[in-house]
Amino acid sequence: MNDTRQVSPRRPAPRPGARERRRPPSRQWAAWAFLAPVGLYLGLFYAYPLYRNVDLSLRDYTVRSFVQGDAPFSGLENYRKIFDDPAFAPALLHTVVFTAVCLVFQYAIGLALAVFFNQHFRLSVTLRALFLVPWLLPLIVSASTWSWMLNSDSGIVNAVLHAAGIGPVNWLTSPSWSLTSVIIANIWIGVPFNLVVLHSGLQSIPRSLYEAAALDGANAWQRFWRVTFPLLRPVSAITLLLGLVYTLKVFDIIWIMTKGGPADSSATFATWSYQLGFGNLLPAFGPGAAVGNLLVVAALVLGLVYVRAQRKQAQS
Amino acid sequence: MNRGTARARGKTVIGLLLTGVMLFPVYWMVNVSLTRDQDMRKSPPDLFPAHGTLAGYRTVLHEQLPYLGTSLVVALGTVVLTAALAAPAGYALAKLRPRGGGILSFVLLAAQMIPGIIMAMGFYAIYLQLGLLQSVPGLIVADSTLAVPFAVLIFTAFMSGIPGELLQAAHMDGAGPLRTFWSIVLPMSRNAVVTVSLFAFLWSWSDFVFANTLVNGGAHEPITLGIYHYIGNNNQEWNAIMATAVVASLPAALVLVLAQRYVAAGVTTGAVKD
Repeated sequence: MNDTRQVSPRRPAPRPGARERRRPPSRQWAAWAFLAPVGLYLGLFYAYPLYRNVDLSLRDYTVRSFVQGDAPFSGLENYRKIFDDPAFAPALLHTVVFTAVCLVFQYAIGLALAVFFNQHFRLSVTLRALFLVPWLLPLIVSASTWSWMLNSDSGIVNAVLHAAGIGPVNWLTSPSWSLTSVIIANIWIGVPFNLVVLHSGLQSIPRSLYEAAALDGANAWQRFWRVTFPLLRPVSAITLLLGLVYTLKVFDIIWIMTKGGPADSSATFATWSYQLGFGNLLPAFGPGAAVGNLLVVAALVLGLVYVRAQRKQAQS
Repeated sequence: MNRGTARARGKTVIGLLLTGVMLFPVYWMVNVSLTRDQDMRKSPPDLFPAHGTLAGYRTVLHEQLPYLGTSLVVALGTVVLTAALAAPAGYALAKLRPRGGGILSFVLLAAQMIPGIIMAMGFYAIYLQLGLLQSVPGLIVADSTLAVPFAVLIFTAFMSGIPGELLQAAHMDGAGPLRTFWSIVLPMSRNAVVTVSLFAFLWSWSDFVFANTLVNGGAHEPITLGIYHYIGNNNQEWNAIMATAVVASLPAALVLVLAQRYVAAGVTTGAVKD
């Protein structure tokens, strides 16, 4: 939508149909009057909290100076502190593992379901709609339900495992299983989004291509790998990128199910940051904000990549 | 022909099975919410609420109504604030084409990528100084940041589809931009208003991070904190916890039943289209 407007103002010959001509100054004023509330809003409620967060990360805050706002400037001291913190490496590892595993499974399951529901059969539309439920539920509802299902003594998951002859697993209370548990819950929540977006991508692939491939003797598997998958690439790229951004910032699920524990075994950057700022009796706002800002930088870089991918798709 | 219908029936069966697996946690939530206290720790647990009880729901009625009320007020406030901010902006970006509109669109997109805990921490620092912690209006403003960028993108996408000739005609008849917006663009964007309101409501209703950071321990806490306190305090009454969870899920269920097409439209407009 930008392309038509990026006509150089010095271009001498008036292009017929160019938007420039239909843009009288009074309309510019009107446009900005309509945008002013949101502009003000973005400044007050996005830019300022973000600025406060950067400011927090560059000062040496105590509870008292947090209230009074006279904390001494300490430069990058907070960042040095978190890089040296023994919790840094595990949190980085957990963030990477959590994000990568969630993405792969959400995408693979979402795509398989999208292909399946793209066929026409009775109830396909209704059932596909029901798949949205996990995505619409409040995260606290999903997280507490999974907590009870994964409860060591009375959870249904261990009951099923027991019936299959497998001993009880301490899903949430054992350091070797807690990360797996929150990953499972998060995959469950993320599948619907992947399903819906990929399904809408599938619908833009012309049926005639499949018919042609079938005439050429391609079986279903070949049709998927030779037709569906390549043609779905732009939508896949955007789905994965958005998934990446969303998964990096996942907080609620982990916090509610394990609080990042036990012994930080499921702590990611998001929960670590919150733990530092709000989770302890003595809050460490500075380091907490510093960890958070690392996440912001990652999100913004991914955001730029996303915009480029989206432009590419719009052009094709 | 016969083979075709058999295969289609097979697919329906597979589809039903897959949906059953996917929705099992939801079923389990309902099942546990109806389970008696003495059956809660049974091993293996009852697959059906054979001795169903509404005790959990009675507890909700006794203890959780104020939380539900707060959530309702906060969510409705978020809807109004979001729509009031985003609809004019969408109109300007879609139809008035201001210089620098592209940059604003990018900023809105980037804003959606900022992790919620960062915003929460920033809001906490600001509200602490302004004395806005534990206030309902403060929570409404914070919750609206979940929806405003998305809402502007949705309004822009929908309003781009309104034919330019119509607005031109209004202009010829002497209608200014404000009049055009109010009497033509807004009524024609009803679907966008519904979509935006639905998402703003659901996100605000479901918000946990802002609530836990900004109004925890206050006089007015939303239902998400009601459930959170439950989990923290009495690990034993899971039927009451799950009954609260079921009640907290009702808006999502209603949306799915009554307005499913808006949801799908919102997801795909926000993600794929420009």
